[in-house]
Amino acid sequence: MIPYLSLSIWVPILAGLAVLVLHRDTDAPRARWVALAGALAGFLVTLPLFTHFDTTTSALQFVERGEWIPRFDVWYSLGVDGISVLFVILNSFMTLLVVWAGWEVIQSRVAQYMAAFLIMSGLINGAFAAMDGVLFYVFFEAMLIPMYLIIGIWGGPRRVYAALKFFLYTLLGSLLMLVALVYLYNVTESFALQDWYRVPLSLPVQIALFAAFFLAFSVKVPMWPVHTWLPDAHVEAPTGGSVILAAITLKIGAYGFVRFILPILPDASRYLSGFVIVLSLVAVIYIGFVALVQSDMKKLIAYSSISHMGFVTLGFFLFSPLGVEGALAQMISHGFVSAAMFLCVGVLYDRMHSRQIADYGGVVNTMPKFAAFMVFFAMANAGLPATSGFVGEFLVILAAVKANPWLGFAAALTLILGAAYTLWMVKRVVFGAVANPHVAALTDVSRREFWLLALVAVAVLAMGIWPKPFVDVMHVSVTDLLAHVAKSKL
Amino acid sequence: MKTLYLVIALAPLVASVVVGLYGPRLGRRASHWLCILGVAVSMAASIVVWRDVQAGNVFNGDVYTWLASGDLRFAIGFLIDPLTATMMVVVTFVSLMVHVYTIGYMAEDPGYTRFFSYISLFTFSMLMLVMSNNFVQLFFGWEAVGLVSYLLIGFWYERPTAIYANLKAFLANRVGDFGFVLGIGLVLAYFGSLDYATVFGKAPELATTTVSIWGDQAWSLMTVTCICLFVGAMGKSAQVPLHVWLPDSMEGPTPISALIHAATMVTAGIFMVARMSPLFELSETALSVVTVIGATTALFMAFLGIVQNDIKRVVAYSTLSQLGYMTVALGVSAYSAAIFHLMTHAFFKALLFLGAGSVIIAMHHEQDLRRMGGLRKFMPITWATAVVGSLALAGIPPFAGFFSKDAIIEAVHLSKIPGHGYAYFAVMAGVFITAFYSFRMLFLAFHGKPRWAEPPDHADESEHGHDASHDAGHEPDAHHGVDADHPPKESPWVVTVPLVLLAIPSVYTGWTYIEPMLFGGYFGNAIVVRPEHAVLWELKNEWHGVAAFVQHGVLSLPFWLAIAGIVAAWYCYLVNPALPERLKRLAGPVYTLLDNKYYFDRFNDWFFAGGSRKVGGMLSEVGDRGVIDGFFVNGTARVVGLAAALMRHIQSGYVYHYAFTMIVGVFALLTWWVGR
Repeated sequence: MIPYLSLSIWVPILAGLAVLVLHRDTDAPRARWVALAGALAGFLVTLPLFTHFDTTTSALQFVERGEWIPRFDVWYSLGVDGISVLFVILNSFMTLLVVWAGWEVIQSRVAQYMAAFLIMSGLINGAFAAMDGVLFYVFFEAMLIPMYLIIGIWGGPRRVYAALKFFLYTLLGSLLMLVALVYLYNVTESFALQDWYRVPLSLPVQIALFAAFFLAFSVKVPMWPVHTWLPDAHVEAPTGGSVILAAITLKIGAYGFVRFILPILPDASRYLSGFVIVLSLVAVIYIGFVALVQSDMKKLIAYSSISHMGFVTLGFFLFSPLGVEGALAQMISHGFVSAAMFLCVGVLYDRMHSRQIADYGGVVNTMPKFAAFMVFFAMANAGLPATSGFVGEFLVILAAVKANPWLGFAAALTLILGAAYTLWMVKRVVFGAVANPHVAALTDVSRREFWLLALVAVAVLAMGIWPKPFVDVMHVSVTDLLAHVAKSKL
Repeated sequence: MKTLYLVIALAPLVASVVVGLYGPRLGRRASHWLCILGVAVSMAASIVVWRDVQAGNVFNGDVYTWLASGDLRFAIGFLIDPLTATMMVVVTFVSLMVHVYTIGYMAEDPGYTRFFSYISLFTFSMLMLVMSNNFVQLFFGWEAVGLVSYLLIGFWYERPTAIYANLKAFLANRVGDFGFVLGIGLVLAYFGSLDYATVFGKAPELATTTVSIWGDQAWSLMTVTCICLFVGAMGKSAQVPLHVWLPDSMEGPTPISALIHAATMVTAGIFMVARMSPLFELSETALSVVTVIGATTALFMAFLGIVQNDIKRVVAYSTLSQLGYMTVALGVSAYSAAIFHLMTHAFFKALLFLGAGSVIIAMHHEQDLRRMGGLRKFMPITWATAVVGSLALAGIPPFAGFFSKDAIIEAVHLSKIPGHGYAYFAVMAGVFITAFYSFRMLFLAFHGKPRWAEPPDHADESEHGHDASHDAGHEPDAHHGVDADHPPKESPWVVTVPLVLLAIPSVYTGWTYIEPMLFGGYFGNAIVVRPEHAVLWELKNEWHGVAAFVQHGVLSLPFWLAIAGIVAAWYCYLVNPALPERLKRLAGPVYTLLDNKYYFDRFNDWFFAGGSRKVGGMLSEVGDRGVIDGFFVNGTARVVGLAAALMRHIQSGYVYHYAFTMIVGVFALLTWWVGR
């Protein structure tokens, strides 16, 4: 049997190391091609995960197990179920996009830039596939490093502040998680997640562990009120960094909820569900208002990300198939849509070197093709049906109404807020008469940019028109997860 | 047949996608022919389906499963019954007329192929909406028509007013959708399905179910659900107070005002409520809300039609008012009368809009009625069709509007729903006002002195600058008005042929369809009415054929109100043109109120738009930057810094400091140990 999961982790990492060899400036063209080949190979090895995936079982698939630190019973143990498999594929797809997106844009330290993304891609796949607590922790923390470098080296003027804020925020958040992992090891004498799912824990212990895990994952998602690192990080990060940050790394936080918190701590999850739901709704509404007044496009999209991720945590803690599947669909869709939005801003930024909404106006006159993409993705961001953005939002709102109409009421406010902040930005940036000579001098998307955006647009449209294949993959695993949540561990 | 249904929906989509992607390369001719072909195929097939449905063949089936979650299954599918088939024919017919008309209207526009792509996409979306057999697809179509409306209102994207209007339209619709989604959520939560057949089948058993929305108060599930759904209809069908977007939507090119903002999209809400009749019938309260909102819209929006000077805005307010009539009909359970009026209105209102567009072309994009006059001689076809449209709108027999409007008035008269008295007054008063403003428009545009031949002398024109688009200067010939040497010309055949083709049904559909549609079981099981609400059944008892209906109509109040309206308009605008100015001064505050459209826009801008920006600014500044970042995040950093500064003193690096501290510690421990 071919170890697809290991390949999906190590192919990009090794490709990244190979690219690093070509670090001289004269090697830059070759570095790009090697990176693209590596990213493509990394994406191709994840495809069998989808085609060979058995949607009828909730058991782990593509399992690999090797001894790593026998003294502490730490295993190199990999596996995916219906919840994680899509994220491995999504991540590898996004890496491909990001490498391509940085093609001509990045001119300094090309090899290092590409390598950072490739290595990060492998580490993220590792985090999604790890079935051992220590292995997960290693991947989870290790991927901070490439992102830290991406923001700190290729970022904007305040990159050092942003990179440090990002690093410290997420690192401090996850330290307590390490304590929780060690505690669980002490109880079970194992780092295997499967063992942790079975171990009985008293409610106070569950709540303490919940607090530790929650801090780590909520920072990553990010949930209100630990979200303030994200706008800063996005604003300073280069386009590729923003894409991966929004599309993938936020998802790891949400993934932690379904992989660790819900199945290991079901009683605490149920006990504290009201708390999480309230925080999620605050994210949806409060952040929606905050997004409205942003004057920086990237900041606006960053806030919109937080608001959309509020739907994910809301969906999880409604404990219904509709809610959880809606939340997972929202995660995938947000991967596409937020990535596309950041790519769009990147296209503009590369030309004008400004992210300020006020510097634009009437872009449609000079960049009609780009405008079409931007309006399309904005609509997806506003959750228009037949785009992927609709699926998750709709399912979570339905689940929320079912749980309590007032929850649905609060969640559905995003219909108005999301449209307001997204389309108001579009109005000021895309529409109108040509605002200034800089806009008048803009050139429409290049062939590379066109296909990049078209690729994401197809994905967004496909998932909006026919989301069934995506949700079918999750189905059995979600049912199994909810069975875990429903069963008390006291 | 299923293949045919797919063809109906997909033909315009294919045309739209091809023209949207390759339009500039295909050229104008190929693009418009392709789109017209798509819609023509759709219309021909719709007529086939319509006849098939009348033969009793109702179809309800799924095309594919959109998504399955838990034991829920959401499908894309079609429900083809008389209600749907009627809508399909109306939509595709008006759409085809508008497609042809566009060739003439948009001839000089650089966005020609883009426009065709949009209107074909609209046709597809609207068809998906009406053909749906479930709530998910309904919502799809619902939002998709909203998207196309957004794109088309902002079609001339360089105009600040246009892109303001399209954002406003989208957001006002989103407020409606907010309620709509909650309604759909409630349906799913309590009925366990979003499939029409399942939901409607289960409705009677849930009629007495209550939900506790606030504290211990028990609300009827049906009432809450139906009101939520109706909020959606209020957004799309522009009912007070969500009507604010429709007048502004006139910023879009005139063909779409006819197609989207008069004939089809804005009637989606009416269609939806009629489709949901099995649910609405179970809640008297919801029906009462529908009646009151509809009556308010019918009357108060009609008033605004009187004071408008922009020809398109007169028609727009008239549309609002007529949508109010349809809504009232829904409220009094005369669903078939609502759909009947929807159909006749689609023909005569599309006709009036396209007629207005024809005038606008002839006037070189002048939309101000005060600059028109005497166009009858120069544009005989446009004039004749506009007369037909106005007579139909005013409700003069034997034109179509008479039958549908009279049926609604009679139904309201017989209704016992709470609020029917107010509604009866509103629809009655509305008749006079409707006749007045429609003939005011007709007289100002086509009769009297040709005011375009005089040099412009209106000092107060600039204050209405945002009403008319002639100041936006998008068209190359925007400022080349007509004058005595260059009189307006009749529009080309691509414009006049659709006018004539729309005038025909504006005349005959009234007497032809009133009997089958209202009294003959035309809709079969598509519309459900409970016996205690069955006003149309009562009306049927008095039905003695079309001739008797007309005779009765001519002898009753509404007809004479309409005549009075026409005469009043004739007197005010042709006989004694100084009178309106005097009345305007006399009415003082009332005129100001009307001129400011009851201050809805002012309030929304201040409260909702301004308010949410303020809230956002406050949360951003105080919440995010002040408390979270300022106090907690940077505060933590400062605390760490302070602590480190303190600790630095202890960590001196001198061994004797450490030794001393250690000795003190040992002594302290010893003391504690000994003394405990």
